Amino acid sequence: MTITERTITAPEETLALPAGPTIAHRPLGAFTRPQGSEGWTSWLFTVDHKRIGIMYGAAAMFFFLVGGAEALFIRLQLATPNGSVIGAGTYNGVFTMHGVTMVFLVIMPMAAAFANYLLPLQIGARDVAFPRLNAFSFWCFLAGGLLLVSSIFIGGWFQNAPDGGWFNYAPNSGLPFSPSKGIDFYAVGLQITGVASLVSSINLIVTVLNMRTKGMSFFRMPVLTWMLLITQFLLLFAIPVITVALFLLMFDRLWDANFFNVAAGADPLLWQHLFWIFGHPEVYILILPAFGIVSEIIPTFSRKPLFGYHFMVASGIAIGFMGWGVWAHHMFTSGIGPLAVAAFSVSTMFIAVPTGVKILNWLATMYRGRLRFTTPMLYAVGVVSMFTIGGLSGVTHAIAPSDTQQTDTYYIVAHFHYVIFGGALLGLFGGFYFWWPKAFGYKLSEGWGKASFWVMLIGFNFTFGPMHILGLQGMSRRIATYRADEGFALWNMVATIGSFVIAVGVAMFLWNVYTSTRKWQRAGRPDVGPDPWDARGLEWMTASPVPEHNFDSEIEVERLDEFWHRKYGVDENHRVVKTATAEEVAHDGSNTKVHLPSPSYWPIVLGGGILLVGYGLIYNLWLAAAGLVLLVGAIYGWILEPADDPDAAGHHDDHHDDGDGHGDPAGNGGPDGNGESASAAAPADTEEGATVG
Amino acid sequence: MTAETTATEAAAHDGEHHTSTGISNEKLAMWVFLGSECLLFGGLISTYMFNKGRIGPNDIGPNDVFDIPFTSVSSFVLLMSSLTMVFAVSSIARGDLRGNRIWLATTAALGATFVAGQVYEFTAFYSEGLGFTTNLFGSAFYALTGFHGAHVTIGIIMLMSLYVMSMRGNLGPERSETVEIIGLYWHFVDVVWIVIFTIVYLFPQ
Repeated sequence: MTITERTITAPEETLALPAGPTIAHRPLGAFTRPQGSEGWTSWLFTVDHKRIGIMYGAAAMFFFLVGGAEALFIRLQLATPNGSVIGAGTYNGVFTMHGVTMVFLVIMPMAAAFANYLLPLQIGARDVAFPRLNAFSFWCFLAGGLLLVSSIFIGGWFQNAPDGGWFNYAPNSGLPFSPSKGIDFYAVGLQITGVASLVSSINLIVTVLNMRTKGMSFFRMPVLTWMLLITQFLLLFAIPVITVALFLLMFDRLWDANFFNVAAGADPLLWQHLFWIFGHPEVYILILPAFGIVSEIIPTFSRKPLFGYHFMVASGIAIGFMGWGVWAHHMFTSGIGPLAVAAFSVSTMFIAVPTGVKILNWLATMYRGRLRFTTPMLYAVGVVSMFTIGGLSGVTHAIAPSDTQQTDTYYIVAHFHYVIFGGALLGLFGGFYFWWPKAFGYKLSEGWGKASFWVMLIGFNFTFGPMHILGLQGMSRRIATYRADEGFALWNMVATIGSFVIAVGVAMFLWNVYTSTRKWQRAGRPDVGPDPWDARGLEWMTASPVPEHNFDSEIEVERLDEFWHRKYGVDENHRVVKTATAEEVAHDGSNTKVHLPSPSYWPIVLGGGILLVGYGLIYNLWLAAAGLVLLVGAIYGWILEPADDPDAAGHHDDHHDDGDGHGDPAGNGGPDGNGESASAAAPADTEEGATVG
Repeated sequence: MTAETTATEAAAHDGEHHTSTGISNEKLAMWVFLGSECLLFGGLISTYMFNKGRIGPNDIGPNDVFDIPFTSVSSFVLLMSSLTMVFAVSSIARGDLRGNRIWLATTAALGATFVAGQVYEFTAFYSEGLGFTTNLFGSAFYALTGFHGAHVTIGIIMLMSLYVMSMRGNLGPERSETVEIIGLYWHFVDVVWIVIFTIVYLFPQ
């Protein structure tokens, strides 16, 4: 590789970023950085947290349609007794993929979409701490997701799909009982998405801890920021545990290890413990982002500050800690012994307390507020009510004798859909409506939004409400058929109809996106303004859609809900009065001199390498070796990548060109988080990826 | 908006100076990452302890293969590499680039000696009849120590990359933190080995 001197571009010219002309490429062959922010290729190489957030959201929506279609197949099969829509074997694959998809490829990345888009904005930062690692997280997640979903098609329809349930208990997951490639796809695919989650959690934790704007102390951070931060800590510590479990499973299946080989004396409870030590924090990983979203929406549309902010934060932290002490309530019937059952029973009841605190605080926030029932508010209220139902049925599981009756019945299915669909998913949809104008510059239609909310909510209750009854009647989950004389027919039919009503609701959401976009485009793309909802967080203090550089200047924060306080004051009668419009307070995005991290080729290449390693592990180790070469090459490409950021030349001369390790005549610094030991730390993280491979 | 410090400029220098915590992003990221690694090794060590006794009466077990004196020596070598890593960090902080290269190379060499010892040990155990698939003890032992060995190997690669950077003149005193961050990783891997050595080799079987 020859190193050519770079052209040093004159600062005046380069100050035109990001709207200005693109900068001349430096002749370093493959080792340049991509330029520009136009066209579809710029999305592939982007390191902008907002674009990455949007891509997370789009990918999650795609997987949501896949997982939703699987759900409809389940309901069709169960609509009538002795259903024959899909065979029992396919049914196993369908419900497993439904669960895996919805948990790992829908709720988690949707939450990641909000985390990526909003975290830096809410703390007043210009980007995340490590923009390239952020892009890598997304591509790595997408690689894992595509690998998992491709298992549906490879080698025939659902022939090689995972079919052991989403928690995939041993020893059923072993080769003798699951000889298809399905469990291999599960083990490898989830490891890849796990790497993505881990890298992303490190990145976002550092972002929140380190990149808060002036005056943004911890207790001035919005509750969403707090909940996302707690979520990232849960991911940080939970992901390695499932990684161990998946490694052991992979070793067993691919290289004949004995971890879950009962014939060799193994105890399959090991899998259950490892899985649920991850799996219970995972439940809070799914729900806490939605709690954060609701905590943003309800104060905005109640025109009151959030009731008990400190209690909200503290209860979130409490959930984060206690979430580690309740995992064995998933295992009450597995013979863990009376002492363990009693202890976990008590701890499970106890964790309902901080969750209850949240519910009551939301209600208190709405109490005597000036409520506006916009679409996001409807979703938020939907979360509060539906999650409460799910929470209450959850408390019935804490009581071990009752749980022993309910385990593996539809009562459990009803419970976790009330918390995950009724809690997490409704919250995320509310978030879509709430922040849509911020991300895209126009509101979604309120009419279609409200209609689709009610259709979804009614469909949801008709689908999952009856499952409580079915479960108490004794209908087992994961059984492909039931007999006519078992008395399950009525409520199953109701649930199936309900599931199609949900599908209509989702279709209405998509139609809303389409028509609202068209309407806005036809109207000549009118500006929605920085703050269409009269909201409270810093993210509303810049133009919509958010310009590439976020804020024009550093914001100094003096209190919680800073943006609100800049708009409102108190008159002599202690009445709240508007003192400034949002337009006056917010930045207009006109500062084009902001230094931005350059796009990069390597995150997506690295993701591709991981995808190859994944398929290689399952099918052919030579392919894995090729993937490994690509992966290592991408890591070194990443490290050797020039900090091709001409704007940096002006004010960045105290660093040396870090990332690229060739010395840099211009004295260009790395694109901040990207540089320096990002190059050094990156191998540490990414070579973890290598050991995964 | 015409503020003289743009949000960016503040953010741009975050890497070194104006972070909210005062710790650079890179160093904080390494600490956070190591926190996660604790759980990875925690899971593996638990798996080992859970499984090491699950072997038949005539099966090959820990007492049949372990060579404590040998492993003690290689553990000592690895521990000494932490000392030389400290010298590497302090030498670059002082601006002694040649010393830095010497200590980086020494650390990598000590690490490589440890890995070589592990390779020898694995080969010896295998020839005595303990394979990865032989029994639960074999699977758990090789998985745990193999994961650790992979971590040491990655550390060696990073040290050698630093060495090459230094040779090319790209590792000056202003980058001493990079060496320090790699040092954090290296010390972590050593500490984990102390735990593994104690639990796997020294605890009565």
